[in-house]
Amino acid sequence: MRIPCPFCGPRDVSEFVTLGEATGPRPDPAAPDAAEKFFAYAYLRSNPAGPSEEHWYHALGCRSWLKVVRDTRTHEIESAALAREGAR
Amino acid sequence: MSKPMRLSNGGLLDRRREITFTFDGKPYAGHPGDTLASALMANGVNLVGRSFKYHRPRGIFTAGPEEPNALVTLRNGSRREPNTKATTVELFDRLVATSQNCWPSPRLDVLSVNQLFAPLFVGGFYYKTFMWPASFWEKVYEPAIRRAAGLGMVSRLPDPDHYEHATAYCDVLVVGSGPAGLSAALAAARTGARVIICEEDFRLGGRLLSEPHEIDSMPAIDWVARVEAELTSLPEVRIFRRTSVFGVYDGGTYGALERVSDHLPQPGLHQPRQRLWQIVARRTINAMGAIERPIVFGGNDKPGVILASALRTYVNRFATAPGRKIAFFVTSDDGWLTAQDVLKAGLPIEIVVDARAHVADALTRPLSRAGVRVLLDAVVSDAHGRPGLKHIEVRKDDKILQFEVDVLAVSNGYNPQVGLTTHLGGKPVWSEECGAFVPGELPPGMQSIGAAAGDFALAACLRAGMQAGRTLASDLGFASAPAAVPRADDEPCAVSPVWYVEHRGKAFVDQQNDVTAKDVAIANREGFRAVEHLKRYTTLGMATEQGKTSSVTGQALMAHLTGRTMHQAGTTRFRPPHVPVAIGAFAGPHVGKHFKATRYCAGHDWALENGATMIEAGQWLRPRWFTKPGETDWFESVTREVKTVRAAVGICDVSSLGKIEIHGRDAGAFLDRVYVNMFSTLPVGKARYGLMLREDGIVLDDGTTARLGPEQYVMSTTTGNAGKVMQHLEFCHQVLWPELDVAMASVTEQWTQYAVAGPKSRKVLETLLGDRFDVSNEAFPFLACAEFFWGDVPVRLYRISFSGELAYEIAVPANYGDSLIRALMRAGAEFGAVPYGSEALGVLRIEKGHVSVPELNGQTTAADLGLGKMLSKKKDFIGRVLAERPALTDPDRPSLVGFKPVDPGQRLRSGAHFLAIEAAATAENDEGYMTSVTYSPHAGCWVGLGLLKHGAARIGEYVRAYDPVREGDVEVEVVSPIFVDPEGKWLHE
Repeated sequence: MRIPCPFCGPRDVSEFVTLGEATGPRPDPAAPDAAEKFFAYAYLRSNPAGPSEEHWYHALGCRSWLKVVRDTRTHEIESAALAREGAR
Repeated sequence: MSKPMRLSNGGLLDRRREITFTFDGKPYAGHPGDTLASALMANGVNLVGRSFKYHRPRGIFTAGPEEPNALVTLRNGSRREPNTKATTVELFDRLVATSQNCWPSPRLDVLSVNQLFAPLFVGGFYYKTFMWPASFWEKVYEPAIRRAAGLGMVSRLPDPDHYEHATAYCDVLVVGSGPAGLSAALAAARTGARVIICEEDFRLGGRLLSEPHEIDSMPAIDWVARVEAELTSLPEVRIFRRTSVFGVYDGGTYGALERVSDHLPQPGLHQPRQRLWQIVARRTINAMGAIERPIVFGGNDKPGVILASALRTYVNRFATAPGRKIAFFVTSDDGWLTAQDVLKAGLPIEIVVDARAHVADALTRPLSRAGVRVLLDAVVSDAHGRPGLKHIEVRKDDKILQFEVDVLAVSNGYNPQVGLTTHLGGKPVWSEECGAFVPGELPPGMQSIGAAAGDFALAACLRAGMQAGRTLASDLGFASAPAAVPRADDEPCAVSPVWYVEHRGKAFVDQQNDVTAKDVAIANREGFRAVEHLKRYTTLGMATEQGKTSSVTGQALMAHLTGRTMHQAGTTRFRPPHVPVAIGAFAGPHVGKHFKATRYCAGHDWALENGATMIEAGQWLRPRWFTKPGETDWFESVTREVKTVRAAVGICDVSSLGKIEIHGRDAGAFLDRVYVNMFSTLPVGKARYGLMLREDGIVLDDGTTARLGPEQYVMSTTTGNAGKVMQHLEFCHQVLWPELDVAMASVTEQWTQYAVAGPKSRKVLETLLGDRFDVSNEAFPFLACAEFFWGDVPVRLYRISFSGELAYEIAVPANYGDSLIRALMRAGAEFGAVPYGSEALGVLRIEKGHVSVPELNGQTTAADLGLGKMLSKKKDFIGRVLAERPALTDPDRPSLVGFKPVDPGQRLRSGAHFLAIEAAATAENDEGYMTSVTYSPHAGCWVGLGLLKHGAARIGEYVRAYDPVREGDVEVEVVSPIFVDPEGKWLHE
């Protein structure tokens, strides 16, 4: 699999670390239902068969965290953007 | 040396040179250009080994990597390699090969008695025959079966060769160099695109090396040479010979194995044996060709029965044949073309049998005119002879005719090589038109052409190649004027496959695994009808050949038995690797010490000079202890080091701990969010112990973080977690809080850091620093930090302690690290300073009750470790919300306490589980476990840290530390985890 890092260009997957599905944004810790929200944030994944938004870290490259849309059926990468740009 | 079966002329051999080799100890000779199989054949050796299950005599069945039978053990000693296919081994001087699975020889094989027990070895036999009594399986049946069945033996010696990994990039990858592949490569290359062409043979040309075609009015072989010359002249073209593309991976990535020196007696100096390529291609042309199919009839595995296309290769390319009385059993036009070539080579043909009633005159005429007997609408039902083929039975109009022959060439149409097309999940589809499975959905960027796509005729292959090469290159923006398609004729290639002929003897579907037509029938009877079930129940299509000659035939038989069409039956999915790849090639250079990087501290040389025994800590090498003259074991050295630190002073390399610089206006706010405790309020010039959690509330890491400036912090992490923490911090910043003005960089390797610990540590630093820096207790109290310059060298000084002693850590840029340790030791000499290693470090921290890696084990909360009070209530931080979950705040959770054996002479073991004194050793009674133990010179006995249910409330109680694995069952007293200086006075002195 190759991931088109916005800084480094298309690079082999072995340079990256994945954290799995991007479940963000991080819930508001002051909300009255923070406990349930954080539980869902930390543990619940939708695990789609199809395009999935994931966090990948270019550990052996520019150290950017990326938001990657990957089709879990084909490993086709639809997009890869810097996570900071898409962050809330 | 005489080669009885070598034709007097022809072949792509260098007849001026002779290569000698041995097979089963007997010397033979061949020529450059030969494979081991062709050289054996030329020498009249047709019996090459014995089969897997029944030990039936077997010969050479094919001329390529699809060979199921001619498996030999190549070379000897540590380079011995079993199960190599004689048909793909390029002959080299002094080659040594031996036959397999037979004793004492392939001709006289004791275990051929297995054939008498054949009824025991039918499909699925290991699931039923040897089931009772159950206890016999492991001890009696399996070892006996493994001895009797099986292939070659491995050397059991370390591999003396080395393997490389390499990566290549191209616009167009062409797999295969037959007429389709060569013309595609040429068309793509002429546009200026970067082209890689991979050919598994040692010569380009594919079937053009074996078939006497004309292209552009010249012999095909000359056309190949001309194309090869043009490709070689183009700067963006790379030609990989002896290279098999074995796997398709995501994103246009291909795995390929280059056999760099397998054709040499041994690799040259500094030359790898094989090179594993990762080829990244924007487009791929799959021109891997097709493999001819056998026919299932009685005795179809006899040495002498051979695929017609293979016979054509042996005759035309290698100027040899396995016999002199040749028969053909064909269902395809292509078989007739082979017969014509054999005739042209001057070899006598006894008979050509075609199952079809009608065959074009143009095909039959040259043979009948030469007096060859031709039988249409007839089949070969059985082949006989021992060990090799002696005669065949032909059935025509219900009459049986006998013919004495020693070669039977079989032609039943071709299976396109669809292997690579299925690696990403594509399914081949049955084409009635081709009578074969052709590629279905292809991997992205791949196009199959020529025989690999079911397009068998020569002119069509050349045309498809020229077009595909040009189109794919132009997709990528490389344009060129259309070039003329090489001129050639389309040869006839009709086929009406016959999968199975009524017979009497044993008829094999898969020769490599000894799977017979009967086994397929049994699988059907017992309900294993799906192709994937059929494969697993009978082992059809397994082992080195991976069903290249057998899968489709087996599926056809099953389709027939179940009344399904080929389309309904479908085919099994092929997975990488397409050809066997040595594990050594996958490992590549990453073996032994090269498995991972080794990181050396700046003080490494100094440590070795001073008697250090090193230990791996993550990737780092750290001194474990320093042996002084006269010391005989590690315990003595470590105990001395610990005692010296407690009584005087010791110096320890702590450079491998992670160091992360954190800068920015919001650096303090950022740290407040990642640590459970406050850092924004930490004054400049102060350090603080920090604890960080994962978002799920479990402890991630700990360490000391110092504030060197208003917007500058230096964080330390444990050695093992440095990378993980860095990744975590980057995540927090980039993903969670990109609005914070903060930046970070790992500086672990940039700084060398030494701990100077013990009551005399201040004196050592005073001596070292003189008036450059005031280290008095007043000027530089506990938890102070500072950065200053020694000349133009920056020095960082921290008053922090991991040992419980008065202690400092001093850091300099790594290139001054060696000077620093030498200077420290000089300064410490008069105070009795000794270096200490990681073992003593561990003893000191356990005595002080500090947690470390065994306690930060991914299962513990801050409260478990007695650090619950650190969790700030004034702010949010990572893990705060989920750390409050009921299960993580359950008072029943084991928490950190110390332990001492009741009998001070007894040893403690980490990993021991705690039980109430009278409780039975069951999982229900488990009350926690020991995490760290050490012999404590201070306490004069072993002490331990551990996690115990209600630990803090049970100080003074007694429990058992139960360790059945090492037969430990020690009564221990629950004590405070702090064994030295519980009030922490020493730190402040």
